[in-house]
Amino acid sequence: MSLVRLRAIVGKEVLHLRRDPRSLILAFLLPLLLTVLFGYAISWDVDDIETAVLDQDRSKASRELLDAFRSSGYFRLSIFLEDPSEIRGLIDRGEVRIVLVIPPDFARDLGAGRTARIQAIVDGTDANTANIAMGYARGIVQYYSLRVAFAGARFRPAIRAESRVWYNEELSSRNMIVPGLVAVIMMIIAAMLTSLTIAREWERGTMEQLAATPVTRTEVVLGKMLPYIAIGLIDVVGVSVIGVLLFGVPFRGSPLLLMALSIAFLVGALGMGMFISAVTRSQVLATQVAMVATYMPSFLLSGFMFDVKVMPRFLEWLTYLIPARYFLVVTRGIFLKGVGFEVLWGQGLFMIAFGVAGFVGAVSVFRKELT
Amino acid sequence: MSAAVVARELTRRFGDFIAVDRVSFEVLEGEIFGFLGPNGAGKTTTIKMLAGLVRPSSGEGWVAGLDIMRETAAIQSRIGYMSQLFSLYGDLTVEENLAFFARLYGVSGALRKERIDWALEMAGLEDRRDRLTAELPLGFKQRLALGSAVLHEPPILFLDEPTSGVDPLSRRSFWELIYDLASKGTTVFVTTHYMEEAEHCHRLALMNRGRLIALDSPKRLRDEMKSPLFEIRTPDGLRAVEALKGLKDVLDVALFGRALHVTVEDAGHTVEFLRERLRAENVEVTGIRPIPPALEDVFVARVREAGGAIVD
Amino acid sequence: MTPAVRASGLTKTFGRERAVESLSFEVQPGELFGLVGPDGAGKSTLLRMLAGVLRPTSGDADVFGTSVVRDPERVKTEIAYMSQRFGLYSDLTVLENLSFYADLYEVPRVERAARLERLFQFSSLKPFSNRLAGKLSGGMKQKLGLSCALIHEPRLLLLDEPTFGVDPISRRDLWLMVHEMVARGVSAVVSTAYLDEAERFDRLILLHRGRILDSGTPEELLDRIEGEILELLATPLREARAILATHPSVLRVAVFGDRLHVSVRSIARDRSALEAALREAGVAIHEIVPIAPTLEDRFIEAVEKAEAA
Repeated sequence: MSLVRLRAIVGKEVLHLRRDPRSLILAFLLPLLLTVLFGYAISWDVDDIETAVLDQDRSKASRELLDAFRSSGYFRLSIFLEDPSEIRGLIDRGEVRIVLVIPPDFARDLGAGRTARIQAIVDGTDANTANIAMGYARGIVQYYSLRVAFAGARFRPAIRAESRVWYNEELSSRNMIVPGLVAVIMMIIAAMLTSLTIAREWERGTMEQLAATPVTRTEVVLGKMLPYIAIGLIDVVGVSVIGVLLFGVPFRGSPLLLMALSIAFLVGALGMGMFISAVTRSQVLATQVAMVATYMPSFLLSGFMFDVKVMPRFLEWLTYLIPARYFLVVTRGIFLKGVGFEVLWGQGLFMIAFGVAGFVGAVSVFRKELT
Repeated sequence: MSAAVVARELTRRFGDFIAVDRVSFEVLEGEIFGFLGPNGAGKTTTIKMLAGLVRPSSGEGWVAGLDIMRETAAIQSRIGYMSQLFSLYGDLTVEENLAFFARLYGVSGALRKERIDWALEMAGLEDRRDRLTAELPLGFKQRLALGSAVLHEPPILFLDEPTSGVDPLSRRSFWELIYDLASKGTTVFVTTHYMEEAEHCHRLALMNRGRLIALDSPKRLRDEMKSPLFEIRTPDGLRAVEALKGLKDVLDVALFGRALHVTVEDAGHTVEFLRERLRAENVEVTGIRPIPPALEDVFVARVREAGGAIVD
Repeated sequence: MTPAVRASGLTKTFGRERAVESLSFEVQPGELFGLVGPDGAGKSTLLRMLAGVLRPTSGDADVFGTSVVRDPERVKTEIAYMSQRFGLYSDLTVLENLSFYADLYEVPRVERAARLERLFQFSSLKPFSNRLAGKLSGGMKQKLGLSCALIHEPRLLLLDEPTFGVDPISRRDLWLMVHEMVARGVSAVVSTAYLDEAERFDRLILLHRGRILDSGTPEELLDRIEGEILELLATPLREARAILATHPSVLRVAVFGDRLHVSVRSIARDRSALEAALREAGVAIHEIVPIAPTLEDRFIEAVEKAEAA
């Protein structure tokens, strides 16, 4: 391999990038924009649930119960109904997610030692939120009912389950998302940018000229990759910084390890993009294939949005083929858990393998020949 | 004979770039009028302004008496236009393409069938009417494109580089077609960068970098070339070029393999002068003779007279 | 001496289309060799095979003894190929393009300044060193392309229609650059569809539909033309053409603008017969002069013969 030639290819690619506003936006602006957007927009935290109340008892007991709901912070008691007939309309219109109905005999039943009932009507169209809301509601009711049962006596349950949350104490979904974003954005950018580079030269006719020179395939692929690796690393830093400073996502691990593993991941993602670019030789086609082959799977199957372990078996197997999956473990591990190489070496291995496969694949499929 | 096409100070700018610079001319009815110049000279832009496809930045023009600024729709129904890039549909058959364009031009009913048959015969494609257009060799494609431009028997035909890339044989037969049309009264306005093709035209306009640098018949353009042209045969072309370049009376020296074409200020005693000069430099000369200028020589001379190099 | 190029049975088919059929020819070192023929004749396909960017379907070619089929990469170090479509990077400047190609061919740094100077002399591109290649005129782009090809001083130049659509002055500059290289011993294979350029070559082959119709020096080709040519200006032209087309002494009639080129076996012998025939039909003869045949006449003759066969 000739360093002079390699340097020539790298230098040229940098010049192209500097002078093409679209590539620059895609490379630098877009990742930052996506981070900010996703960071603010996506949140699976469920609180402030819109609640309506039909209190047919209006007793001290019912008010105490409603207080318990209110002070939990999970429910926003915004509408007080007079009539059961209004319930349907509220739910249909989506004005509230849950309606609490306290029947007229509530206090009386409690005082008489009978089991009092309350009803919660939940809008199930968003199953997630519905589930969570019901869980909270049940919890609150349980606790209140225990308090009532042991009113006066000291409350000592037989078993107390203490749950401690490690690594993401506030259970903030944002902490889960931002590290994931690093991976997903890398995947998209890498594949999109490089899917264009080889195809563009074929389309413009410059590749034919290049093919007639002594430059080797490795030099072309590597030379085109290097600037994008640098861009990718800059993006990793950018997204991490935004995550930490803007969203308060913790960063507990080693930045160096993150950089090193990011390089492995980038080589793989870029290799994939180049592979697509070399095979399709058409910019339009390359972009589309890159979308389908990298963007969609990374988004859906990497564990970014949906927990891999909860997926149906065959999908779970599929995720083993998605490189972003491994990178996600890495990023979340480094950001949130602060783990090091001793834990992540397995993921690292996968990603290096993926990197090698991507690079070798791109070189072997790239031909210095017109078909 | 009246003017079929009139252009007056036609100009077209693209930002800072002046593609067509105050071009004025008239094309007479029934004439084959050629626009000759290299790629990028502004020929296509001019033709597009006349055909109503590009709006002039300034100036005026009339096609068949209609104003190109205000009456483009009327103009487009009265002209035939063949664009530089092949713009027929590759995935339609020959006949389907003709039928499509016939309809676009409002040729209907029985007349349409008649015109399609005529176009097929003219193009020599009668037994290929069901072939996919993409499969035709280039020469035939061009003839088909010409056919589809004249289905509605327009009085004026605009052809933009119609023979670009076509082999000499096909080019000749294409020009025969144009001649046929012209002899029946159609005015043909054609652009080309093939210098030798320009000989086919009744009158020629030479265009370079947006400007009109000459306008006359090919014969008169050649005859009026003020500076005589000599051909010097020598096995040592490069040295001969070195020897003659920059001499006071020598306007231009061009190397054509083993012959030089030398343009001089005036014929006078120049043959002797040239022979002397070359002998002094020890350049072997096997022959010197005056030759009639080709249009390319005229072009180069006119550009020089107009004061500019062709590079920007 | 090893020929610069020796092609034997070079063939390329694309699906059912035979772009190039069993071509065999030789180019001697220091020769300016022409591939002459219209679009679709196979010129680009042939040049691409010689440049090692297109694999022949069968046959082979040796460039200075190295096979383009077995060892294309080695061939590439000795040649420069200028493709028909621009091989320049339009978003890079003139200098950046030149430096890039200098790097690709690992031209030693110490030599670059001198080579650039010489190339600038011929191309007149120096004042545009920092202009983006995309903003150059067509002629200048070609001159830049040629300069990029020459920067590493190859032994063989492969140029695909370098003067297509280029203005006459730039065309002359380009040819001057090529002639200069050839004078220094560089071999050049140049394709063109302009038959008037064909007279420049030391030797050439006429290509048509992937086959060689004729080959040799321009003089040899012209000698092979059957008959002599009269240029005729007469009215009505169509009448004249119709009469001459069927006249026994006439080999060929072609329309040239507003006149006819008539090929006869011998002007001395046949001219009066023609004039008589035309006069009889009431055709007015304005001018009738012998003219020197050109390569275009040879080409048309060769094609007609090939198609008749």
